Amino acid sequence: MANEVILLDFWPSMFGMRTRIALREKGVEFEYREEDLRNKSPLLLQMNPVHKKIPVLIHNGKSVNESIIQVQYIDEVWSHKNPLLPSDPYLKAQARFWADFIDKKMYDAQRKVWATKGEEQEAGKKEFIEILKTLETELGDKPYFAGDDFGYVDIALIGYYTWFPAYEKYGNFSIESECPKLIAWAKKCLERETVAKSLPDPEKVIGFVSELRKRFGLE
Amino acid sequence: MGNNEEVKLLGVWASPFSRRIEMALKLKGVSYEYLEEDLEKKSSLLLALSPIHKKIPILVHNGKTIIESHVILEYIDETWKHNPILPQDPYERSVARVFAKLVDEQIVNVGFVSLTKTEKGREGLIQQTRELIKCLEKELAGKDYFGGKTVGFLDFVAGSMIPFCLERAWEGMGVEMITEKEFPEYNKWVKKLKEVEIMVDCIPPREEHIKHMNHMGEKIRSA
Repeated sequence: MANEVILLDFWPSMFGMRTRIALREKGVEFEYREEDLRNKSPLLLQMNPVHKKIPVLIHNGKSVNESIIQVQYIDEVWSHKNPLLPSDPYLKAQARFWADFIDKKMYDAQRKVWATKGEEQEAGKKEFIEILKTLETELGDKPYFAGDDFGYVDIALIGYYTWFPAYEKYGNFSIESECPKLIAWAKKCLERETVAKSLPDPEKVIGFVSELRKRFGLE
Repeated sequence: MGNNEEVKLLGVWASPFSRRIEMALKLKGVSYEYLEEDLEKKSSLLLALSPIHKKIPILVHNGKTIIESHVILEYIDETWKHNPILPQDPYERSVARVFAKLVDEQIVNVGFVSLTKTEKGREGLIQQTRELIKCLEKELAGKDYFGGKTVGFLDFVAGSMIPFCLERAWEGMGVEMITEKEFPEYNKWVKKLKEVEIMVDCIPPREEHIKHMNHMGEKIRSA
């Protein structure tokens, strides 16, 4: 049976990037469809009626929502190649925990860094750096979060890296000086073709953030 | 499964997050030591096992610590493979996981945290909560439980959270959230849950729980 895989996505989305990477890691052919979030396609509204959000993964007509759940789904369906999660239940649980941590903490914190100003922004920056430092501690001296193999937690986090130059510009700080090991990890991830192909140019992301800031009246 | 397994669960009697772990352990027939925590005065064990998050539930299995209720449930399912908790099919699993997130993140936030905080705009929040519960209603059509013929992951997550926690809070607030008329499948499911020994054994006592949820509501309001 032919596998028909469609990904409804939005190019700067750090969530969509996860699914793109996972599909590429498994060598899955997929059709990428760019959504205009101010004019959502009927397919998006039909496939994710509750939240109307991207990314939406449509596999043989059935939709899977939520990027971190999509990555698990991809790992379970295309299980013969490049496992994204460890097989040991305890190591798997640790990977799930950290991906969940990233999912719960990163988005709101990073948003404060570029979408607010004054005291709120300073508090946001502080919180953001603390989260990155916690992740850096977890990474330790390992090449990837799970050890020698690129996987689930790396995939959950790496998309945010393309937004780092935007955070640094609008937050007026240096992430590398605070978290050098994390930056080294990110650069290593970017050496993988699956990651490089799935992430946008950070300069484009800065442009996108600038547009949003204008819309929010921040510049 | 062996006789040399050492399993401990740190939990709180009123917490749906630790109750659902008890349901899972019971389904698997795993013996465990339960340790009740006082969240106002966390034990040194809790702080040692989970120094960053300092939350319950915490599962300790042969010295290994696992935290976050969804992560723990999946760990239990992968470690003790009989009586599966999650569906076998990857698509069904993804659906269960998405709904579990819906329950613990959206329904809790709109239907409890926000509802507790606002005096005005209550009707709006109640409507929003009902819209979310309608998704669960649809999912239950034609099934005994979310897990199909037997209880599983989503029954534990949604069961511990909605009928045996949030509904008690809504009762205390004087809100009739999930009427039999509008939500026949949901109400049928709750009746069936009450016939399942694992569920009945693992839910907090009703009256005390209602008082506790009122107290939690007050805390949120004054925060």
